[in-house]
Amino acid sequence: MKPNHGHMSLYGFNRCTMSLLVCSISLLSGCKPPLPDTVRSGLVYCSEGSPETFNPQLVTSGTTIDAISQQLYDRLLEIDADTGELVPALAKSWQVSADGKTYLFTLRDDVQFHQTEYFSPSRPLQAEDVVFTFNRIMQRNHPFHRQGGGNYPFFQSVDWADLVDSVTADTPHQVRFKLSRPDSSFLSNIATDFAAILSAEYGALLVKSGQLSRMDSHPIGTGPFRFKEYQKDVLIRYYRHRNYWREPAKPEQLVFDIVPNNARRMAKLFTHECDVVAFPRVAELGLISKRPDVDVQESTSMNIGFWAFNTAKPPFDQVKVRQALAHAINRDAILQAVYFGHATAADSVLPPTSWAYNPNLAVQQYDPVKAKALLTEAGYPDGFSMDIWAMPVQRLYNPNALKMAELMQADLAQIGVRASIVSYEWNSFRRKLGSYEHDSVLIGWSADNADPDNFFRPLLSCSAALTGSNRANWCDETFDNLISQALLTADQKQRRSYYMAAQQYLAEQMPLLSIAHSQRFQAISSDIKGVRINPYGGIALANAVKDVK
Amino acid sequence: MILYLLRRMFLLAFVFIALSIFAFSLGYLFPGEPLQNFTGLRHISAEQLPLLQQEYRMEQGYIAQYLAYLGRIFSGNWALSFSSQQPLLQEMQMLMPATLELASYALLISFFIGIPIGIIAAIKPEGTLSKLISAVAVAGYSIPVFWWALLLIMLFSLALGWLPTAGRIGVLYEINHVTGFMLPDILLSGTAHRQEAMLNALRHLLLPTIVLATFPTTVMIRFTRDAMLDVWEQSYIKTARAKGLNRGQVLYRHALRNALLPVIRQIGLQFSTLITLAMITEVIFSWPGIGRWLIDSIYQRNYPAIQAGLLVISTLVITVNMLTEILHTVFNPLARKR
Repeated sequence: MKPNHGHMSLYGFNRCTMSLLVCSISLLSGCKPPLPDTVRSGLVYCSEGSPETFNPQLVTSGTTIDAISQQLYDRLLEIDADTGELVPALAKSWQVSADGKTYLFTLRDDVQFHQTEYFSPSRPLQAEDVVFTFNRIMQRNHPFHRQGGGNYPFFQSVDWADLVDSVTADTPHQVRFKLSRPDSSFLSNIATDFAAILSAEYGALLVKSGQLSRMDSHPIGTGPFRFKEYQKDVLIRYYRHRNYWREPAKPEQLVFDIVPNNARRMAKLFTHECDVVAFPRVAELGLISKRPDVDVQESTSMNIGFWAFNTAKPPFDQVKVRQALAHAINRDAILQAVYFGHATAADSVLPPTSWAYNPNLAVQQYDPVKAKALLTEAGYPDGFSMDIWAMPVQRLYNPNALKMAELMQADLAQIGVRASIVSYEWNSFRRKLGSYEHDSVLIGWSADNADPDNFFRPLLSCSAALTGSNRANWCDETFDNLISQALLTADQKQRRSYYMAAQQYLAEQMPLLSIAHSQRFQAISSDIKGVRINPYGGIALANAVKDVK
Repeated sequence: MILYLLRRMFLLAFVFIALSIFAFSLGYLFPGEPLQNFTGLRHISAEQLPLLQQEYRMEQGYIAQYLAYLGRIFSGNWALSFSSQQPLLQEMQMLMPATLELASYALLISFFIGIPIGIIAAIKPEGTLSKLISAVAVAGYSIPVFWWALLLIMLFSLALGWLPTAGRIGVLYEINHVTGFMLPDILLSGTAHRQEAMLNALRHLLLPTIVLATFPTTVMIRFTRDAMLDVWEQSYIKTARAKGLNRGQVLYRHALRNALLPVIRQIGLQFSTLITLAMITEVIFSWPGIGRWLIDSIYQRNYPAIQAGLLVISTLVITVNMLTEILHTVFNPLARKR
């Protein structure tokens, strides 16, 4: 039979186009040149949002701190990520006076500020810079005090202006802090990401040229990277600081690629456009860990998600009622359904990683029968009606408050308590909480530093009850005494015993039910080494190494 | 011809005036203080207020205000963006080239692929190939652009890992903004890794260009095919054939030139669709162009940006429309007589 030429040629044509297609595609991708230098020596971190400023003093938002603090700046002291202890950084040593009210820091003399297109430092770090940095926060007549609105949220929350009387330079390498009262959390506060040291020389230059706002938009620090450019909502570009006083940063270039969309950030991780990805969605962790080219890192962060009762409102003013409610909640179910198992059950407000954590607390048992009995004892055999306020936003310590509230609603129904769920838009939610309109609320707290005080004073002290940030509206003299005593002594053993007692007391009084300490996650390309989550603050990327393939 | 051009110019001027009146009135129609919408200043201090009111003639009638607005537009003294507090004109000058680059590559592709394929489809209208082309063209014409984009990303970026998903170039390449067009900028930049950067930029360009080119290409195919079939029926083609010209000669000398006339007109008409599609494409591929910027501005209630963006884009669309019309007339003497 004669072969059909038409078919033949068509077939031939197809084969040709196919191979052409394959050729061109492999041209675009297959013949990957050995990883280009630019890509090999640079690191891309895909972050979830734009920074508000480049000065860590002015913010508390994690997004901003992650992007700027550890990359551009150094602090006098640092917190060791493993032990939680304070270690020297810009200050090579420090002394505390006997009355605990004077701190003398001795600075290193080999610390250089960034050399950039807009500033050339003429001298290394001196005491003057430290004085400049902290006076900006405290002194209203400081030329930079009002820049960026004059708000220093972290320092205001620790009552800095009231605590610190003066910061002075004794010699070019010695700085003296005078406090109005002893405060054992002072050193921890000095070591937070917010207490970054700025350059006084740069400040003077800006004052002369009248460009004060550049202080916070074109940063100069001493950190491992120097600022190159920032395109809002697009990227931040840093280059290595060549004269860094520690070992120079491993990446030559560091880019923060700003990708607010969760799914898009994941996609960029899979295509290796991002080396490290912040905050992968917890529900997607399973999918990520299946891929061989991507790792998931986790760390228990210093945070607590809790259920606070408005202890000034009946029936929540009765300890028995609060205990009954606590026993009615099936926490294991919550850990599974809300945190997808990526959280540890909380026995105390303090996470187990804290040095003051009390391991001897009785574990809160899920026991509806006992709960019912306690309610009867308290005089509510038939239960009562109450509100559960669920915060409308997603936070690390509580990724889904509404879902949690629904689970709790079902648990409470078993002991005859009829709960209804309330939620408002986030701003009005916090305002109404502040005026204590709630019965109970699902909310939480992320610590700014490793000091245990950071979990007690802002959350449950009488002064916090006055300012409206004490979600349990709980003012208890015994408890307040314990935590103030702990602050007045510098001896860690003694402090620990106070905090142990305070935790024990909380477990008995139950102004709030601690639910979970959640983990923080990041997804990372498997060829990147030397990046880890810091439980006490922003991410540090100076030691990231890309495995050369 | 000159009279014709003048007529067109007048029309353009009138349309522009109408557009600018509309943009101006948005300053009042948008929520908030008109002065804030016009200046773009978030906070106007008590000292600034009288000065600004005078400069913007807020005390006088609407007509005086509108004239002041026109004056500012032409002198380049545009408002600030609410979100970045940067001058809008500068911001747009930075972004516009990215959109134009993407759109022009897509248009080029649609010419160089759409027209030849349209001609091929017209040669044997009942043939299998022609039917296949028509089927593909209809599919390409009807496919929603965002879905098509996501499909391509799923295949080429996520499944195969060949192409990047977002941006114009890898973020590690630092290319200075000179012309704003990525490829020339790379050539002008002094980086040591020019070749790498070029390859990288091309890989970023590929998917968005394909996505954006899909619609205009299919339109081109259909129009070229229909126009060719139409012309092929004309008596002058039959005459030419009868005089002994072969198929190729007839096609090139008589059919193509006449068939392409309506196609040229299509470019102008398709341009507004192209810009709309470019906005969607830019959003999906995080392409830092004017479309994505405008959509972000809408989300951020950035009124001065919306106002200016609308004016610029609509002026651009109308100008291109007008230009293609003029081009059409240049090629088609019949149209001039009308």
